[in-house]
Amino acid sequence: MSVFVWIETDNGAVVSSGWEALGAAQLIAGGLGVDATAIIFGAGSAALAAEAAKFGAAKAIVCEAEDLRGYRLEAYAALLSKLVSERKPSAVVSVATNRGRELLASAAADTNSGLITEAIDLRLEGDSIIATRPVYSGKVLMEMTANTPTTFLAVRGRSFAAPAGDAAGRPDVESVDPATVAAELRTEVEDLVAEIGGANLSDSAIIVSGGRGMASNPAAAPAGFGGEEANIWKAKHGFANTLQPLADVLGAAIGASRAAVDAGYIPYEHQVGQTGKVVSPDLYIACGISGAIQHQAGMRGSKIIVAINKDAEAPIFKLAHYGIIGDLYDVVPALTDALKRRLR
Amino acid sequence: MHVVTFTRSTPDTAARVWVTEGGEVTWGNVATVVNPWDEYSLEETIVQATLGGGESTVVAIGSDLHNDALKHSMAMGILRALRVDEPGVDANDSLVWAALAAGAIRKLGAVDLIIFGKESVDVGTDQHSCQLARRLGWTMLSAVSRIIEADYALGAIKVEKMLEGRKQIVKATLPAVMSVMKGINEPRYPNFLGIRKAAKAAIPVWTAADLGLSLPPAATSALRYMNPPAREISTEIIDGASVEEKAAALADRLFLEKVL
Repeated sequence: MSVFVWIETDNGAVVSSGWEALGAAQLIAGGLGVDATAIIFGAGSAALAAEAAKFGAAKAIVCEAEDLRGYRLEAYAALLSKLVSERKPSAVVSVATNRGRELLASAAADTNSGLITEAIDLRLEGDSIIATRPVYSGKVLMEMTANTPTTFLAVRGRSFAAPAGDAAGRPDVESVDPATVAAELRTEVEDLVAEIGGANLSDSAIIVSGGRGMASNPAAAPAGFGGEEANIWKAKHGFANTLQPLADVLGAAIGASRAAVDAGYIPYEHQVGQTGKVVSPDLYIACGISGAIQHQAGMRGSKIIVAINKDAEAPIFKLAHYGIIGDLYDVVPALTDALKRRLR
Repeated sequence: MHVVTFTRSTPDTAARVWVTEGGEVTWGNVATVVNPWDEYSLEETIVQATLGGGESTVVAIGSDLHNDALKHSMAMGILRALRVDEPGVDANDSLVWAALAAGAIRKLGAVDLIIFGKESVDVGTDQHSCQLARRLGWTMLSAVSRIIEADYALGAIKVEKMLEGRKQIVKATLPAVMSVMKGINEPRYPNFLGIRKAAKAAIPVWTAADLGLSLPPAATSALRYMNPPAREISTEIIDGASVEEKAAALADRLFLEKVL
């Protein structure tokens, strides 16, 4: 018996949140008296198995077949389902990324197993795995368990620490064949487009976010830009020239409120909140964001929240650990300078 | 051709939701809205059905709480609505849900495309769409941000999907299940005529027996609901003689918090 841990890879490298799944799995594997087995598919996975051993996996099952070079749901789900059916692990754990969620949902369906997504806490009661997960946008928490021999768990990113990666085990690596034939797959990945967004919001330890207040940029819009057009120009200019330098100093990702996205100040990929991304960085700096309840749903799990806003009555100040009441276009450049001096 | 979408009623996003002393989840008397992510899937269903010259159907699984979402969907322009309700069955379990949904799709007959919103804000998950695709044996396309081409006669579709920090172009064959992101379209508002038509529409209710199903036992159980621990936050408003002084003081605090 074991706990399977799907280690997500991209271009032959483990994604930044990949080892967190192993950290979550080790929380329950010990109590169940079983080992963690890393499941790694795609080119270079045998090499990554050695890395998995350092992170505490007792065993690795890899599939290096050319067909599984890039992630494809059908091929990955068919193989994971086959391995689960044959070996009946106590649990299958992954991080709840887009791929992790769809892969586990599919394999759980194939094997008639219970699936719990977005788990933020795990514990054992006897041999039962009890997971805590947020519902109603985090306004309520629920405890769930699976009633099936295998529990599928997609754990929320940044909720479980990755192991230290200094274990001295040698990996016990088993190589398996794909469960599908490439020619029979009904999807074809045509192109992978790199995005302009920079750092990935879900993985970032620090996020600098802008809201409607971004339009109050004192920089003058070019002649001929009137009304809302001028506001969009000013806000975009502010994201690029005021928020980005702060993000660069901190190695942070850029977030935004729904108001800023809907007004056309920044693309949707940056939206944090109920209809955007749910994030839980160590530090969240909200600039010119009033803090509507829908925005709070996306960021209230942040460890430290800083609010910079002109309006002392803005709801964001009720949520923030630190606040500066002032114009973001004055405060952010001063903060960038102050941090630059200290981080140099 | 036929495009089907699934929706549900969820508490208004601004509503306070809490757990009563009896352990039940409540949002008081606040009205429900259509699941906010579904605004985009409903719109896309109407757009694709129109492009393909076909029909559109919206389905909800669960109690009559979801009738409001179905009426909203019809008011937007979905041609017909139906609800699947099997009292006493735990449709909160996604595999039970998927069994009921797959039964409804089979009863509807030839369906080309099923469109979901990215997730449901109440249950906070998107597993239903993937598991329905699995039950039907159809292609799953999740997190679609754009439909680039769709040829319903040929049964081919090309979409742009969002991954963490990147986009991917994927070609697939139909029938398929997809979940769509915000930004794929601009959802329309229901107009007066649509609202009046929807108000008069009868919504058929199908049971598991109508679908010829014997349902699987629930694979998961909800053990209890809890109010999140109150956040004990005392906000420190940083003061200073100048903006530079305030910024320096904040930078010092952030170092002390060890978040840099």
